[in-house]
Amino acid sequence: MNTIREFIEYAGWPRIIIGLFLISLFIIAPFVGVRFDVSVSDTLVRFGMNGVMVLAMVPMVVSGCGLNFGLPLGIIAGLLGAVTSIEMGVNGIPGVLTAMAVAVPIAVVLGWAYGLLLNRAKGSEMMIATYVGFSSVAFMCIMWLILPFRSANMVWGYAGKGLRTTISVEGYWHQAISDIGSFRIGEFFYVPTGMFLFFALLCVFMWYFMRTKTGTAMATVGSNPEFARASGVNIDKMRTFSVVLSTVLGAIGIIVYEQSFGFIQLYMGPFYMAFPAVSAVLIGGASVHKATIVNVIVGTILFQGILTMTPSVINSMIQTDMSEVIRIIVSNGMILYALTRVLKVKL
Amino acid sequence: MNRKYDNFKHILIQNAVPIVFLLVSAFAIPISQFSGTYLVQEMLVRLSRNSFLVLSLLIPIMAGMGLNFGMVLGAMAGQIGLIFITDWNVVGIYGMVLAAIISTPLAILLGWLCGLILNRARGREMVTSFILGFFMNGVYQLVVLYGFGSVVPVASQKMVLSRGFGIRNVTNLEGVRKCLDNLLPVSVAGVEIPVATFLIIGLFCLFVLWFRKTKLGQDMRAVGQDLDVARDAGIPVERTRLISIVISTVLACYGQIIFLQNIGTMNTYNSHEQAGMFAIASLLVGGSTVSKASIFNVFLGVVLFHLMFVVSPMAGKYLIGEAQLGEYFRVFVSYGIISLALVLHAWRRQKEKDRTRRSLRGLQAE
Repeated sequence: MNTIREFIEYAGWPRIIIGLFLISLFIIAPFVGVRFDVSVSDTLVRFGMNGVMVLAMVPMVVSGCGLNFGLPLGIIAGLLGAVTSIEMGVNGIPGVLTAMAVAVPIAVVLGWAYGLLLNRAKGSEMMIATYVGFSSVAFMCIMWLILPFRSANMVWGYAGKGLRTTISVEGYWHQAISDIGSFRIGEFFYVPTGMFLFFALLCVFMWYFMRTKTGTAMATVGSNPEFARASGVNIDKMRTFSVVLSTVLGAIGIIVYEQSFGFIQLYMGPFYMAFPAVSAVLIGGASVHKATIVNVIVGTILFQGILTMTPSVINSMIQTDMSEVIRIIVSNGMILYALTRVLKVKL
Repeated sequence: MNRKYDNFKHILIQNAVPIVFLLVSAFAIPISQFSGTYLVQEMLVRLSRNSFLVLSLLIPIMAGMGLNFGMVLGAMAGQIGLIFITDWNVVGIYGMVLAAIISTPLAILLGWLCGLILNRARGREMVTSFILGFFMNGVYQLVVLYGFGSVVPVASQKMVLSRGFGIRNVTNLEGVRKCLDNLLPVSVAGVEIPVATFLIIGLFCLFVLWFRKTKLGQDMRAVGQDLDVARDAGIPVERTRLISIVISTVLACYGQIIFLQNIGTMNTYNSHEQAGMFAIASLLVGGSTVSKASIFNVFLGVVLFHLMFVVSPMAGKYLIGEAQLGEYFRVFVSYGIISLALVLHAWRRQKEKDRTRRSLRGLQAE
């Protein structure tokens, strides 16, 4: 009894409710004619697709910059990398690597500028991050139209210029990472081993980084800035570094997402992409001040599990698609919960 | 001379945002090839349409709660009222009044909820109210898309989706269309002036001016200036903040009703989202900050923001040959302006904090 109570206290009610909800969805699924193996496989694929973007939340939370609602900035760098690699016509793994090689330097520059901006706005980072994300997406809408891309697979057919809203990566690097060592069990159960390995690699890197000198300094800046200053840590530098790291992870994250999804979504596509990532890490047990790798993994599984399961199961049950509404309420409700909870802990 | 120059510079910096907007508009108006009469008419329409929504933001700013992104909650309440009167087929000015009466309790309830939540998220009111808007949007969809026609009875089949419940994406507000604008029709040199709407907006401005002088208004300003000092002075801080949000939400609800009666059709699931963003962007364009806003800012902001709104797609079309470009430019500017204002505000506040800290250190050194 005591261990159960301890577990509840440790995991927190929202997480338990969401976890139970997900488990019940999985249990109901076979009874309403949804294949169990398909559900699990879909959840796994989506977990791999979104994992890196959720991981991108960690550095900024740790350094005290709050939840990175400005993730679209990193995503934009990733998109630039992706379209460049297609323009160059590089296929397979080299294609993905080219995309990343182009995206990362852009993300570093953008993240650096974004970090400097956030240093001037200590205390209201999240609101500003949201709008930096929004305005950068809107700015890129203009750029997608103007940038001199010429590949016939990417531009509007009749005008011969201006990138399309969705670009297929089929024939370039569709599932290039996912398919490394991937396997199928039966007809429907597909495991994208490569994508998991890649995600695990980044997680290990992050885990290791948090234990290096720089990582520890970063965590100190987040948890106790005055102490950090007294110990001679350059607060602004650490914060900027965390923002750069987060933006770079966002850029890599979207490329991983695209190679599995099969499409590059431009224009307003990345507009709301920060919100699922933010709520995933929060569902995993992170708060505005604390996030760990475990939070990322648990959160992504829970959140993506619900996203995958609700449409199929609820649809089959009541013949109505309520998944969109459930998604909005769960993800934003989780963010609200995190935002209002912080102060109680402080008091 | 030097002092004069200094003053001039100060004014320039203080009003940087409206000045930039004026310059951009001055550049874009000739390119867009719109006639003067058209622009004046358009600005009058947009002033009457949007001012009330923007004005509803003033009171929370006074109470130090920043830009109330939670005003979309009020807009949702207003829309629910409009759905009811359209269903019951109550037309004209009575319909509008009835819609306001139906939605007022709802707006009060939502505002109260919003106030409670924001009191628990002190210091991050803006981002919380922003997310709350998204969250309530989900609840609104749940109610309107699934509740209406199944739990809440809807008589008119025209409004309901073909599956039997849920309101259609577009609700036609033919019954109340422009009923307030055309209540007192006045036309000067071919330009129609919606006098009745402006009268209501004027009344509301008087209300704000009066409200600032009341005990509650003074309390709000005290709370806005310093929470702890206000609390020590015996002002019920939480209650005052809550009331400011409730007032803002109710006013936003009326604002949305006025807005939609002018438009005449309602995007059932989008209208409220746009309301919040455009209102906030307008207010900031008018030169207000997160902590200071006046009635003048409201009107200047609405005119400048919507001038660019009207002009930029055409200017984009004539300049580069693509209207879509102007459209994106417009979106970019509205978001960019909000980011810029937020950054400037946060920066200024941080500088002030640094300065006080430095002065404390200086005192200690002596």
